[in-house]
Amino acid sequence: MATTIAPGAPAEVTASRPLGRRPGRRKRRLQSNLTGYAFLLGAVVCFAVFSWYPMVRGIVMSFQRTRRGETTWVGWDNYERIVNDPSFWTAWKNTFYFTALALVLGYAVPFFVAILLNEFRHAKGYLRILVYLPVMLPPASALFLFKYYAYDPSDAGLFNAVLKFFHLPTSEWMQSTTMTMPAMVIASTWMNMGAAVLIYLAALQNIPGELYEAAEMDGAGIWRRIWNVTIPQTKLILSLMAMLQIVATMQLFIEPLILANGAGTQDSATSVAYLIYQHGFFQNDLNGAAALGVIMLVVLAGFSFVYVRLTSRRDET
Amino acid sequence: MSAPLFRKVVAIAAAAGVAGLSLTACSTKSDDDGSSSSGGKVTITVDCQPVASQKELLANWNADVDAFQKANPNIEIKSVSVGTQCNNPPDFTARLQGGTTTDVFYGYMTDLQQVLDSGQVMDITQYVNSSTVPTWDSVDAGAKATFTDGGKVYGIPTKNYSMGLVYNKNLFQQAGLDVKNPPKTWAEVREAAKKISALGNGIAGYSEYSAGNTGGWHFTAELYSLGGQMVTEDGKKADFNNAMGKQVLQTLKDMRFTDNSVGAKQLLQWPDLLTNAGAGKVGMFVGAPDATTAIVTQFQGKYQDWAMGPMPGQDGPAKATLGGGEGYFFKKGLSKEQVEAGLKWLAFQKLTPGKGQFDYVRAKPQNNPVGLPQPQLFTVGSDAYKQELEQRKANANVTVDDFAIFENNPVPVKVEPPNAQAVYAVLDAAMSAVLTDSKANVDQLLKTAEDKVNQVLATGGTGS
Repeated sequence: MATTIAPGAPAEVTASRPLGRRPGRRKRRLQSNLTGYAFLLGAVVCFAVFSWYPMVRGIVMSFQRTRRGETTWVGWDNYERIVNDPSFWTAWKNTFYFTALALVLGYAVPFFVAILLNEFRHAKGYLRILVYLPVMLPPASALFLFKYYAYDPSDAGLFNAVLKFFHLPTSEWMQSTTMTMPAMVIASTWMNMGAAVLIYLAALQNIPGELYEAAEMDGAGIWRRIWNVTIPQTKLILSLMAMLQIVATMQLFIEPLILANGAGTQDSATSVAYLIYQHGFFQNDLNGAAALGVIMLVVLAGFSFVYVRLTSRRDET
Repeated sequence: MSAPLFRKVVAIAAAAGVAGLSLTACSTKSDDDGSSSSGGKVTITVDCQPVASQKELLANWNADVDAFQKANPNIEIKSVSVGTQCNNPPDFTARLQGGTTTDVFYGYMTDLQQVLDSGQVMDITQYVNSSTVPTWDSVDAGAKATFTDGGKVYGIPTKNYSMGLVYNKNLFQQAGLDVKNPPKTWAEVREAAKKISALGNGIAGYSEYSAGNTGGWHFTAELYSLGGQMVTEDGKKADFNNAMGKQVLQTLKDMRFTDNSVGAKQLLQWPDLLTNAGAGKVGMFVGAPDATTAIVTQFQGKYQDWAMGPMPGQDGPAKATLGGGEGYFFKKGLSKEQVEAGLKWLAFQKLTPGKGQFDYVRAKPQNNPVGLPQPQLFTVGSDAYKQELEQRKANANVTVDDFAIFENNPVPVKVEPPNAQAVYAVLDAAMSAVLTDSKANVDQLLKTAEDKVNQVLATGGTGS
């Protein structure tokens, strides 16, 4: 029997095959991938139950209202109410400010610490442990240390004692509207730096030593080497960490909750996530909290989309 | 079994285990929390059992359960601990929304709206009367009203309080102040605070909240004391941007920056202030009688250090003070027998002079206060009130006179404003400003807060 092959079509599509062979192949493929599927199952169940279902439920709730045990669909009412919340714009402003500050401090510092550690010839392991130690401290404990010992507004506070020793002006720290955010970023950077440093160190150690040697022979100084060798060679990990950093800092919550007892002086610490918490757990407004959560999701998704587009375009060039 | 096949079987078993664990973790129900009335025995779950660290209170609770079950062999009480603070608002909301409250569950008077909205509460009107709760007719009408909505009863009050001026007798004596004559006006509070803070050593003459919605809560109490109100009578507009609101903020600002009598550390919440009080660093603060209990039982203070006067006013006694309290709700879906069993338990443990929380003979030798003007549950002059008062005086282990000024000078009690937590959150900003910023503009703060509260009231979405 002649087999007709359409021009340009893949041969296996049009080639005739005994009908019984396909299920057998599928079965074999299923059997060979069984281990993979089995391992996948746990992760899928965990994600479905703890991530995807709450996300979908949150979106549904944001269009509903529950009063007296009766749930009704209310369209955009929750969104309208939440946008009109007196702290809505303050919370966004604070959150973006924290994110920007964290990018300057929390993003750059670990990178330079990693470069510094990479340069050391001795005691590398000990230094890495030293940098990573704060990560092992529960965030709440670390923040209480800052709250009660470092940021005490009196001269007895650790930071104020140091500033006073050097005859520098002291600060009210969390009681100052201008210092609230920088103080939260300092604490957050100290807490989280270790993990980022280790990731950067791994990336730095993948850079071939010849590149630095060549740069040195060309007379490049330390900054020139960082700019022309280190940064281009770690571009991928740097951009990935930037995105992770922004997504994480936009969800600012535990720092204001512990360091600023919530909103802080004159709302200077109110973040979007804290506002969600306020509505959900103090103001009997889970639907409003869900609406704000969805707004946050859209903003973060929008940012991620722009990031992916920018990085993929850059990779293509 | 071949090695690859063995690996697959192990992998499947492991994965199934993970999946099973995940599902188990999601489950909120267990056999233990099943409430039933099978086999003629009625079982109810009740929360707010003291935690293990509260040894005496836990022993008392367990003894009450044993005594009750012995007297009522057809009822089984299953006790549940939910922390030292039985109603930590985020935990309470999570339990309510997750449907994991106990059959008879603890709540604040101000939780009624939230509880109703959750659809988790039962209308118990038909079951509550003087035969199910023998002292019901003696229970304070105002306290009952806070658990009633539209004529229907949803809960049983078990504690009722109003706020006054709590003060440290030791510090009063050291500062040369008259322990028997606490400040009656805010001007006197200011003067006393100056003298106490002059003792130095990090002592605040007067201490105030300004974070976590507690600042707004106290602003409300202090505004009430001057005769003000948070919202207009119809509940639609803010009503604190006036001379009285200004006085509350201006007084605090002056105490902070002119007198330097309220301490340098601000942004205080409930545990922060009481920690300082327990450490003997606070001269005065606005609070209810149970604040002293918390100072002693949770923050290592001593009863003999504390006394209480009525809420200060403008030129004399306060025009009003903020009230509050606690009680128990009944979970929707309980059987008639379970509701009756729950009422019987509450009547025994919370509402009978000489029993449970009123067992002063038992509490006297313990580190539990007897003699404080609490829980103010019974109407003055009622039979239950007389019995409770008599037993309280006979078994007092704190100096009753230290609280007599508060008890003998009652101030009219006002309830919280509508959308209380959202309104308090707004006022926190004003309170924190006057306590941390010497350049804070009180007029501007009040105007901003007024606009924001009007916004909250206009959108009116939030509940309690």
